[in-house]
Amino acid sequence: MKLSGAEIVIQSLKDEGVEYVFGYPGGAVLHIYDAIHNQSDVEHILVRHEQGATHAADGYARSTGKPGVVLVTSGPGATNAVTGIATAHLDSIPLVVITGQVTSAFIGSDAFQEVDSVGISRPCVKHNFLIKRAEDIADTMKKAFHIATTGRPGPVVVDIPKDITDPNIKIDYEYPEDIKIRSYNPTVQGNQRQIKKAVELILAAKRPMIYSGGGVVLSNASEELTTFADRLGFPITQTLMGLGAYPASGKNFVGMLGMHGTYEANMAMHECDTLVAIGARFDDRVTGDIEKFCPHAKIIHIDIDPSSIAKNVRVDIPIVGDVKHVLVDMSKELKLAKTEPDAKALESWWKQIKKWESGNCLRYDKNSALIKPQFVVEELHKVTGGDAFITSDVGQHQMFAAQFYGFNKPRRWINSGGLGTMGFGLPAALGVQLAHRDEVVACITGEASIQMCIQELSTALQYDLPVKIIMLNNRYMGMVRQWQEFFYESRYSQSYMKALPDFVKLAESYGHVGMRIEKPADVNSALTEAFAMKDKLVFMDFITDQTENVYPMIAAGKGHHEMHLQAECVPTQSSDRELA
Amino acid sequence: MRHIISVLIENEAGALSRVAGLFSARGYNIESLTVGVTEDASLSRMTITTRGSDNIIEQIIKQLNKLVDVVKVADITEGSHIERELMMVKVDAKDSATKDELQRLADIFKGRIIDVSDDIYIIELTGEGEKLDSFINALEEKIIIETVRSGATGIARGKKALQV
Ligand SMILES: Cc1ncc(C[n+]2csc(CCOP(=O)(O)OP(=O)(O)O)c2C)c(N)n1
Ligand SMILES: [Mg+2]
Repeated sequence: MKLSGAEIVIQSLKDEGVEYVFGYPGGAVLHIYDAIHNQSDVEHILVRHEQGATHAADGYARSTGKPGVVLVTSGPGATNAVTGIATAHLDSIPLVVITGQVTSAFIGSDAFQEVDSVGISRPCVKHNFLIKRAEDIADTMKKAFHIATTGRPGPVVVDIPKDITDPNIKIDYEYPEDIKIRSYNPTVQGNQRQIKKAVELILAAKRPMIYSGGGVVLSNASEELTTFADRLGFPITQTLMGLGAYPASGKNFVGMLGMHGTYEANMAMHECDTLVAIGARFDDRVTGDIEKFCPHAKIIHIDIDPSSIAKNVRVDIPIVGDVKHVLVDMSKELKLAKTEPDAKALESWWKQIKKWESGNCLRYDKNSALIKPQFVVEELHKVTGGDAFITSDVGQHQMFAAQFYGFNKPRRWINSGGLGTMGFGLPAALGVQLAHRDEVVACITGEASIQMCIQELSTALQYDLPVKIIMLNNRYMGMVRQWQEFFYESRYSQSYMKALPDFVKLAESYGHVGMRIEKPADVNSALTEAFAMKDKLVFMDFITDQTENVYPMIAAGKGHHEMHLQAECVPTQSSDRELA
Repeated sequence: MRHIISVLIENEAGALSRVAGLFSARGYNIESLTVGVTEDASLSRMTITTRGSDNIIEQIIKQLNKLVDVVKVADITEGSHIERELMMVKVDAKDSATKDELQRLADIFKGRIIDVSDDIYIIELTGEGEKLDSFINALEEKIIIETVRSGATGIARGKKALQV
């Protein structure tokens, strides 16, 4: 087959089985856009800002496990995409981002719309390429998809100068079946000796704890994790990125851990004697003060990325490998083992955990005359049967969503955990809805975050994407306000926005339905009404209590046992608790 | 502790910036970095001297291995190894006494005078960094016009080798 460089780019996508390309045209990619125009296998989704393209592709990838694909022009197109690339990078999401580049002969001359895209993106990609010859496009595309989706996934940027996509120069095309990269061989299987050692330690544990993260979701190991935790009867906590891999309704789940984790999860981390970390990376928002982290525990760490192991925390038994494979092998090893977990020790450990739980650290005022954000999320769970895809932005609303929605399946909770990118929620929801046309998709957001990518409301109309926007409008950058209340003596420097738009009219002017909800009594009925509009995007503006804070909270520099709790949530044994 | 890390990396545009970028982004220190092609033209070999605790060195090696273009990494200071650096010093050899003294010093340090012009000598010396330092210290400071050092390279002794 003889094709031009531009046609090869698109044909490679077809051969990779790509359904959607999220993008925005411009000079350097016009040949490629012309090739898009002449075919119908790959659907192009025209966003309103390149950041939106990357987040939409990211939402598509997180909800399906398939790579998200982005196409942007050189210069400002590429720089606009950087935030989304970095967002995907920190959460290990597979993206292939094609950036146009100025014509080869102009590279380095400060040509119109020239930036060093490979240089700019280098620190926030898994890998990147600048293609020099049309003959290299097919191989490079194959490599890009291979690198993005294997090992620890991540974004890959492919920078393509305009001249090599010239429609008048046709060359032979053949898409490689597979590709070998001698310098790139991710480890999949865990070391058997280490796995044996880990199982011995697990079976000897008196106060065990499973701490699992986004790696379980990425490796599609939800079933294996659930079997593992249930077979052992061990308490399990999950990170913000891991929610849903083990069901929130599962009997061993003790809630999320970390800065806004539950009291019981964090106390159990502090007191456990054996920690099984699975596809989690000991992020600082999870560990609190590293010096005070799990002081009594022997630590087993399963991760596909060797550099994650022993990076922040010393580890006793490291196991490098794909979480799914390692969990399968561990379960086999458990079956062969002659001993069982110490039932008596486990029973008293669970008793202790139940005691911590009894403080009900997520309690909030249910009789308030104002709408409490937590209440909206709980009602949302009811109205959607707990089965919706939920994307979120960044702030208090994100934490409330994580704490209160109760995710029972993996890939349903879609948020920017690592980079904490405001503006992520709406475009990500569009990507999710495209991938799951018949499923319910909601974006939980704040009035500050939503304005960072609000323009994508227009994209939603163009492609009939009926996502539901659940905006918890506290008229503050709530998370910033909370920190200022706690740590800056309530000096609310620049965290209040005086001039908010009328969001109902705004939604309407974009061609959608807008609703404002001001009373707690209306929350459920409004949600029911909105979700009944199956083919409409509904923008719900919930006017919530401005003073609400996210509890519990571990302040910077504090340990898991030093949580900041609401006054009324002090557990029965006061010695269990210290205020920050 | 000082470590010498050898890296085999695909000989492609941008390879050096990936390594340099990694060190600056993660705040690792680089004392020197040398790079050249190997017997296999598709591969470059880098030698990086760095300092850090065992934890940091472990992370540096892991992070280098994580770079997609990196084929192999070894900390050659872990085992018995040979380290060499090349230095050229340009000196003012104005009078015959100085000329004699320079010849004598060069002989002691097993260096060579490789260029002579208009009372200017260029002396070439290879060895470990400390030997080069001592040579500089042995010279009268005011006669040194210019010094250039290659940075350290190194190789493991015996059968051990960094190969594909
Ligand atoms: C792009 C970006 N800029 C700044 C921040 C810092 N930040 C974190 S939360 C937050 C406030 C978010 O406000 P809002 O969206 O209203 O959510 P709320 O906390 O009120 O629920 C800010 C400014 C960020 N995370 N991302
Ligand atoms: Mg807000």
